[in-house]
Amino acid sequence: MAVLLDVYRAQFKVALALQLQYRVQLVIWLLFGLVQPVVHLTVWSVVAQASGGSVGGYSGPELAAYFIALMVVNHLVFTWITYEFEFLVRQGTLAPRLLRPVHPIHWHVVDNLTYKALTMVVMLPAAGLMAAIFRPELHTSWWEVAAFVPALALAFALRFLIEWSFALIGFWTTRVAAFNQALDTVAIFMSGYFAPLALLPPQLQVVANVLPFRWGLAFPVEVLLGRLSAGEVASGLAAQAIWVGLAFVIMRLTWKAGVKQFSAVGA
Amino acid sequence: MSLLRLVAVFLRVAALNELQYRTNFYIAAVRSAMRLIVGLGGLALVFSHTTSLGGWRAADLLALLGVYYMIDGLIYLMIAPSMNRLMEDVRQGTLDFTLTKPEDAQVLVSVRQVEIWKVTDVGLGAAVLGVALGQIGEEVGAAEALAFGAALLAGAAIVYAFWLMLATLSFWLVRVDNLMVIFQSLYQAGKWPVGIYPGWLRAALTFVVPVAFATTVPAEALAGRGSPATLAGAGAMAVALLVVSRRFWRFGLRHYSGASA
Repeated sequence: MAVLLDVYRAQFKVALALQLQYRVQLVIWLLFGLVQPVVHLTVWSVVAQASGGSVGGYSGPELAAYFIALMVVNHLVFTWITYEFEFLVRQGTLAPRLLRPVHPIHWHVVDNLTYKALTMVVMLPAAGLMAAIFRPELHTSWWEVAAFVPALALAFALRFLIEWSFALIGFWTTRVAAFNQALDTVAIFMSGYFAPLALLPPQLQVVANVLPFRWGLAFPVEVLLGRLSAGEVASGLAAQAIWVGLAFVIMRLTWKAGVKQFSAVGA
Repeated sequence: MSLLRLVAVFLRVAALNELQYRTNFYIAAVRSAMRLIVGLGGLALVFSHTTSLGGWRAADLLALLGVYYMIDGLIYLMIAPSMNRLMEDVRQGTLDFTLTKPEDAQVLVSVRQVEIWKVTDVGLGAAVLGVALGQIGEEVGAAEALAFGAALLAGAAIVYAFWLMLATLSFWLVRVDNLMVIFQSLYQAGKWPVGIYPGWLRAALTFVVPVAFATTVPAEALAGRGSPATLAGAGAMAVALLVVSRRFWRFGLRHYSGASA
């Protein structure tokens, strides 16, 4: 454990130095995360106005709160490994990392957290600006803020493990773009990214509860907004924990099988 | 005419090149299908809660979605790849080879690189547009069809001129691909009518990054809700941007000394 901490500390320094080279790029890439929530918020606000002030139990200001919180939470939990892994395999840069005595996932955790830490400097003011423009409304009590912390941490772990398992398809075929697109497509609706899950048809809401996507994004947002009862929060945290466990097992199994038949490109 | 001939030649070469890699076609087709699901699913969800969005009916927004996919396909079929190639050539000094060719350099750099499978997005957009027309077809007369064609042409010209000006910046700045990301992220807002956005965003989507002209204006013209003034504005903007971008390109070219020379 102490060794791992040292590894993390050293890799953090490297990641920081690497990312600070491209400061403008860091900010510009944030735009993707900023524009979409504003677009979706606008669309649903117009719908809410047209249907007498609220839609699916969300009023205009509550929608604003939902999408601003979603923007920040999504920024904190998203990963880009499904896109990066293909390049790692195809360009042969995965091979040297496999030789190191620590699992390559640790490098990605550090890289990801460093990026988040750096970009929060822009993300939080952006969220503040959006709050000033769209005037959100929250009904959060202290215990919900407390419950939000583990919900966010579990969502981060879940996203990492699921997306790593998925990225490992790259061991068998280096053409993973179509798979990624399929995953993203399902996630856009099932994670609450396009619309709060309460707006989905009832049958799809059931599906969303079973799939992991809600537990990796919408759930922490709903907790923070104070939309869930204590019982729902507890069972939600349990669902998250179960999915994290499951995803961990899947990740380990795929990794083992993948590394076994991996022959480095260029070797 | 020589422009059309060149476009045809480069398209054919790209197609022949890509036919070696059939899997790429299936991947592109799957990706287009996924985009279709996202687009249609979003519309279905919105219209399960309302019957009109800012005055647009479902069929109108379907037409808008079709236009959005078509312009997007066009951008990534030819405009974006050619402009990326241009920036790369400026950086490496290989633009010299293009400049020595006996054709207009602007024409050459604009059509030179083609990602042929993005044709699936153009086809997808046309199909969506066709379905939308099937629903609002009776309302579309000759005047609307003509206005739509003109608006689409103007929109495509505006987008092209905008990309050319951004790419021309690479004569002075080494890395402009980040500026392209700004366009890409804002273009996604064009999937919905710009009229629903708050004023500051609508202004940005009209004048800073001309997304409104590329998607909303043609779809409005088709639905017969576009005013002659908007259409004239789009036409004037297209002509103005084409002229300005051409001048800017030539100005930039005079600054180019070749990275190797």
